[in-house]
Amino acid sequence: MKNQNINTLEDYKYGFTTDIESVRAPKGLSENSIKFISKMKKEPQWMLDWRLKAFNRLKNLKEPNWQKPKYPKINYQDLYYYSAPKSASEKPKSLDEVDPKLIETYKKLGIPLNEQKRLSGVAVDAVFDSVSVATTYKEELTKKGIIFCSISEAIRNHPDLVRKYLGSVIPLTDHYFATLNSAVFTDGSFVYIPPKVRCPMELSTYFRINASETGQFERTLIIADKGSYVSYLEGCTAPMRDENQLHAANVELVALDDAEIKYSTVQNWYPGDKDGVGGIYNFVTKRGACRGKNSKISWTQVETGSAITWKYPSCILQGDNSVGEFYSIAITNNHQKADTGTKMIHLGKNTKSKIISKGISAGQADNTYRGLVDIGKNASNSRNFTQCDSLLMGNKCGAHTVPYIKNKNSSSTVEHEATTSKINDEQLFYCNQRGMNQEEAVSLIVNGFCKEVLQQLPMEFAVEAQKLVGISLEGSVG
Amino acid sequence: MLEIKNLKASINNRDIIKGLDITIKPGELHAIMGPNGSGKSTLANVLSGKNGYEISGAIQFKGKNLIEIPVDERAQKGIFLAFQYPTEIPGVNTNNFLKTSLNKVRKARGEKELDTLTFLKIVKEKTAELGIDEKILSRQLNVGFSGGEKKKNEILQMKILDPSFTILDETDSGLDIDALKTIANGVNSSRDKMKSFLVITHYQRLLDYIKPDFVHVLSDGKIVKSGGMELAEELEKTGYKKIK
Repeated sequence: MKNQNINTLEDYKYGFTTDIESVRAPKGLSENSIKFISKMKKEPQWMLDWRLKAFNRLKNLKEPNWQKPKYPKINYQDLYYYSAPKSASEKPKSLDEVDPKLIETYKKLGIPLNEQKRLSGVAVDAVFDSVSVATTYKEELTKKGIIFCSISEAIRNHPDLVRKYLGSVIPLTDHYFATLNSAVFTDGSFVYIPPKVRCPMELSTYFRINASETGQFERTLIIADKGSYVSYLEGCTAPMRDENQLHAANVELVALDDAEIKYSTVQNWYPGDKDGVGGIYNFVTKRGACRGKNSKISWTQVETGSAITWKYPSCILQGDNSVGEFYSIAITNNHQKADTGTKMIHLGKNTKSKIISKGISAGQADNTYRGLVDIGKNASNSRNFTQCDSLLMGNKCGAHTVPYIKNKNSSSTVEHEATTSKINDEQLFYCNQRGMNQEEAVSLIVNGFCKEVLQQLPMEFAVEAQKLVGISLEGSVG
Repeated sequence: MLEIKNLKASINNRDIIKGLDITIKPGELHAIMGPNGSGKSTLANVLSGKNGYEISGAIQFKGKNLIEIPVDERAQKGIFLAFQYPTEIPGVNTNNFLKTSLNKVRKARGEKELDTLTFLKIVKEKTAELGIDEKILSRQLNVGFSGGEKKKNEILQMKILDPSFTILDETDSGLDIDALKTIANGVNSSRDKMKSFLVITHYQRLLDYIKPDFVHVLSDGKIVKSGGMELAEELEKTGYKKIK
């Protein structure tokens, strides 16, 4: 395998490449490569048919282009749609069988997979390029009836659940990238929490892109059955390369009556170098359906990586009294661009949504909050509260807020607050005068700015995220 | 401790300090009085190292050329500025801020960094000593603080960081008599043979509680008169106009 990583940047400590022999699909997007993926994953016929249906649909779709960050045309025939470590082509039954190189890779990333050193209270599914290589704490979860495995395993072992819910929140035909994902998705996590079960630990997936010229098409499906609760977290990193790599994920959440899903993301894909060369295109569709009454879905995202982040984790509030929340921190530095926000679709009565967005822009970066609050005509007594705060550092970056509000019900209330501020010299001087250097001061002030969002993260990850906020902005104030 | 010779400072090509000399020895408390616009706050900013000023002349602090040293290192070396307008930093817990600050200073002094429990013990002691409500420390830094709370918080920080040279920049303005006493009490209980203070003020009032060793009158960027406490009393009667 060609080793293309560039080592000029030292700020991104996850930029290393693992030299491991891999199996790849034929290059390019075709029926053949889709069949190859399906075959590699030993999928049943219905799954292949589903993929091919998406592929046929894709032929009539065009990439959307209304977003603020523009990017050069992607040549979809020049990508590999499947790449897996050779040693993992059969998913190992136990961790003892996992390739030591992979265990070492995750150790370097701070994700220990070994039994003794596991993160306490956190079950991890580790996805390397196109396959899940290990899932921890499986037996313990099984005892409670919880299913936590890779989506590939779920397709084989729990076809009824997958067929019932896959594509039920993000339809096959949704939009270009979602449909592309439906055709070529590789791996991701599957979670099912049975009725009245409170998942006893954090579930977490760690995504790693390693191979070059490869797109990663993650697919995650989480179902919280009646009266259940789960907290799920995903983390992501990739090697430093001078090419742009595409990550087009689909994540679907379904919460039934009285169920709650808390979904947190710490996204730290390679952002490209200081001149904007390389980095991940993070074009992701995340959507949750509060299908049952009194259900709740809460998205928390800390987006610090990627050359371009383009995503709107959304909630469809179908059940009466259901609640949707979106807490977001998007940090862009150097030449990074983000166009992110959420959609809150209120359909049921007494539905509530809350949006707290913190955008931080430094260097020559551009940061857009884009959000939709849509209150349907039957959504009586519904409420939304939106707060969008932007923080600018320096005078070459940009911040934009684009809220769309549709209210078709006169008994409902929508509130929107927005602020834009610059990190101010008096604050920096104050911190400096108390003995902190410039970087420590920036990290402190920005962490303060993001506090409302950071405190939504599970304890185990909040500290890491705080550090990441500081690191992402290093060198941004001269 | 501090030796300033022929200090000149300008900002955006406007001269503010126009040739100033002061020597402050260990243990001394100097008061600088002067009308608005005489350069008092600029002096405080220049001594603590704020960016944006063109500076000439010499400032020696503990035998070192201070002008070359960045703000954070000056703070670590024991220079503390009690701000005239302490800035608000939303979302930052005051305790957390103070702990970070103390550990930076301790590290620079070669002392062990403190864990949260030990830190909180010190905070409890100092707040009790000053008669300050501990609750302000669990709030966001200066956010929604009253004028008096902001100034008390500055003095509390001074107490905890234990600097060798403290500049009080109009810490007394806008305070009621009780708050003023709290501030004075904080300064007086810190005074010893090794620590020096530069107290910048408009009014004699604070100096009734904090007895200065020297009083200087700053006018149009220069010290026009120096003396003892009697100078402050004279100013209170005659105003600044008579002294030029």
